[in-house]
Amino acid sequence: MLYKGLTKIIILDSRFPYKKYMSANKKVLITGNEAMAEAALQAGCRFFAGYPITPQNELIAYMAKRMPKAGGVFIQAESEIAAVNMVFGASAAGFRAITTSSSPGISLKQEGISYMAGAQLPCVIINVMRAGPGLGNITPSQGDYFQATKGGGHGDYNLIVLAPSTVAEAFELTMLAFDLADKYRNPVMILTDAFLGQMAEPIEIKRQRPKNKNFKKDWALTGAKNRKPNVISSLFIKEGVLEEHNKKLQEKYKSVRKKEIRYKSLNLKEADIVFVSYGIVSRIAQEAANILKREGMNIGLFSPVTLWPFPYKQLKQLTADKKAVFVFELSSGQMVQDVEFALDRTLPVYFYGRMGGEVFSEKDIVKFVKKKLTYAGKS
Amino acid sequence: MPEKVNLEFKKPRSLRNVSTHYCPGCGHGIVHRLVTEIVDELEIREKTVAIAPVGCSVIAYDYWDFDVSEAAHGRALAVATAMKRCRPNLVVFTYQGDGDLASIGIAETLYAANRGENLTCIFINNACYGMTGGQMAPTTLIGQKTTTTPWGRDPAKGDGFPLKVSELIANLPGVCYVERVSVSNPQNVIKTKKAIKQAFLNQLEDKGFSLVEILSQCPVIWRMTPQEAVKWVESEMIKTFPLGRIK
Ligand SMILES: Cc1ncc(C[n+]2csc(CCOP(=O)(O)OP(=O)(O)O)c2C)c(N)n1
Ligand code: SF4
Repeated sequence: MLYKGLTKIIILDSRFPYKKYMSANKKVLITGNEAMAEAALQAGCRFFAGYPITPQNELIAYMAKRMPKAGGVFIQAESEIAAVNMVFGASAAGFRAITTSSSPGISLKQEGISYMAGAQLPCVIINVMRAGPGLGNITPSQGDYFQATKGGGHGDYNLIVLAPSTVAEAFELTMLAFDLADKYRNPVMILTDAFLGQMAEPIEIKRQRPKNKNFKKDWALTGAKNRKPNVISSLFIKEGVLEEHNKKLQEKYKSVRKKEIRYKSLNLKEADIVFVSYGIVSRIAQEAANILKREGMNIGLFSPVTLWPFPYKQLKQLTADKKAVFVFELSSGQMVQDVEFALDRTLPVYFYGRMGGEVFSEKDIVKFVKKKLTYAGKS
Repeated sequence: MPEKVNLEFKKPRSLRNVSTHYCPGCGHGIVHRLVTEIVDELEIREKTVAIAPVGCSVIAYDYWDFDVSEAAHGRALAVATAMKRCRPNLVVFTYQGDGDLASIGIAETLYAANRGENLTCIFINNACYGMTGGQMAPTTLIGQKTTTTPWGRDPAKGDGFPLKVSELIANLPGVCYVERVSVSNPQNVIKTKKAIKQAFLNQLEDKGFSLVEILSQCPVIWRMTPQEAVKWVESEMIKTFPLGRIK
């Protein structure tokens, strides 16, 4: 036996019977990138366009193998710009469509994302973040938080942004992303990083039925047979019409804020200190909390799953009787702004982060927390 | 026996009965009509999807009575590629200006052509950027004055040469048909209609990528009367952009 429970090594080439292995309540060891690709297919996504970039190449390769067999369309586009505009076309045709990339490529897609938000076209975009700015490097980062949650492209729009912290969650949230996109007719982004994208974890794939049939797309372009012509457009020239359109979008975002906020929390009742972090970092934070617990400290964990809409109210309520909040990020502290906004100076907020693709360990967190708390205790 | 000609003047079913925003003497209106006549003749209105560009024809969907999508500036052929691949039974065409197709969108143009996408591309060459007020386009003639070439386009000054997109893409194996035509006189309008029809038929017969380049007058930006503009197409433009079948 190679490894406990591992009886066979199978090469995942194009002959591999994916359908059999990926559906029948089987446990599979799979990378985040591949899990998200598989989830998209199982969600009924039948269009992929992308351009190679590390660290999301496994996702494209998986799609290249699987999409044609699933009866869908796979295109290696000439650029990220072309890819996102192809997704625009597929979505306008009424198809569930996805494009994936990593940070520099996501920057190139912003115009297209803004167009889709404006034209109310559903789609899913995955950003497997790498370190920036510029070409940066290909190691894990959370430096695109502002870009994802505060706009990125031009105009008054929002993306729904989901942040998985495990491979299993990456799978689930990708499935969910397609439903949210169709429900709200809005682009949805999965914001993850090189770490989770390339890390393999065992996940159990449950047989799920794609819900795409639940959404009637009578706005899609299918040919004007027995109906008036449909038009997909984000252009509103006549006076006042664009503002009316934007007001409608804002109404939609309001209802997303009301209904779709998701977060995870652990041990918040007993805790007097709360760690806030998202994605892979929340797992490092959890390890650190475990260490500190053994040393007698009581730490709670709060992890937003929807980065937009951000769980402002929930964070405030759940930390109301606490002593301090710590935020950990693989960035200069972009989410800290949202945490501070939520807490409105009711609690001290400490931030520890690293940039440029450097990842901290649970020990680094422990050291930082201890230092801050002794310092705070003295003052 | 001469063919029976229907002399009754009728608006095509696919063309809406509204007045357009185009300037007097603009070529866009003529081409809009030709496209809709062909959609009617081929009886494909109910399965046609057009991709409108960013340019003067950005609101073509106000005039065409079939499904239309916008595309970001230059990206019409990327949008069309996906549309056609997802729904191969649709007839998908793009309608693009020279700034849209040959400058900002040149990569999308070359790649859709090189993939041999089964699409029809209607390319309006008016030697300028109309919508933004008359800047230099990739197709602006040498010596032609625009707001960004106030002394005339001069390759020696780094303005570059007129880009011959039709000749460029004709070399690609995925391209099945390329023809350059004009709408500067009635004979040429008839030839243009024939070329557009061919480009649609090719798609119906799964032949690959077809492009029809149409030299189109833009009297307002050219600072000419409509009469002067059609003369300029015939005396100047065709020297750089000779008419005829390229592939
Ligand atoms: C990304 C982007 N850049 C620039 C513009 C501004 N813009 C609108 S139309 C246009 C040029 C249109 O020229 P052309 O494609 O030749 O079409 P015409 O108006 O002459 O028919 C430009 C530059 C834009 N809308 N989007
Ligand atoms: S600016 Fe030129 S291309 Fe645009 S509508 Fe006027 S004449 Fe036509």
